[in-house]
Amino acid sequence: MAIELRIPTILRNYTGGAKTVEGKGSTLAELLSDVDARHGGLRDRLVDGAELRRFVNVYLNDEDVRFLGGLETPVKDGDTVTVLPAVAGGRT
Amino acid sequence: MLTLSAELQARIVAHARADHPDEACGVIAGPAGSDRPERFIPMTNAERSPTFYRFDSLEQLRVWREMDDRDEEPVVIYHSHTATGAYPSRTDVSYASEPEAHYVLVSTRDPEQAEFRSFRIVEGVVTEEDVEIIAPGGPGSGGGTRDAGGGRVPAAE
Repeated sequence: MAIELRIPTILRNYTGGAKTVEGKGSTLAELLSDVDARHGGLRDRLVDGAELRRFVNVYLNDEDVRFLGGLETPVKDGDTVTVLPAVAGGRT
Repeated sequence: MLTLSAELQARIVAHARADHPDEACGVIAGPAGSDRPERFIPMTNAERSPTFYRFDSLEQLRVWREMDDRDEEPVVIYHSHTATGAYPSRTDVSYASEPEAHYVLVSTRDPEQAEFRSFRIVEGVVTEEDVEIIAPGGPGSGGGTRDAGGGRVPAAE
């Protein structure tokens, strides 16, 4: 078993076009580091310093990790982590 | 060029008018790879703001999964500007992350005439495109009208 990470179209150039990749770890931060070891550069598109970038939404199963524990959110085998680009904007 | 039915255009404008003075936002989904906007999906502006919009993140997850299951993609991503023109702002450009999508902007600052324009936003570069509105009856009926970018849509009766 592993943790499934679902990748949006815009980031599939880091995964050779794959929609999903697998990884391991006990927190979201560990999972992203593990996946980044095989798909270099992906983590940087999602994380800025110690925080998730505001341009992306990351979900653990059906929950937005911003409402869980951010990068420290615990993850386990069998979980699905989904990344979507945030859709946002404004007038300035 | 964006090709859109008159009905879908009217629904976008109606949504923008209904949420005015807050910004309205949503998606029109279509079959993946078709470039055909078909399924109108108004989204909640989680910011409920006249100056900013953001898709509600949980609603977005649900809608994106549904599109995935139906082999659809977001062909149009629309939002309104309620006090400025229908042109992507710097913030709009910085967030734009769907290079295949048509980014539709509607301005509702004029209560009589909505401004309706469409753009591609790829790697920070904004390119306006023509909007072709297909009148009821559809293409081939002779009812299609071509409306260059910067189109104005009169208020509904």
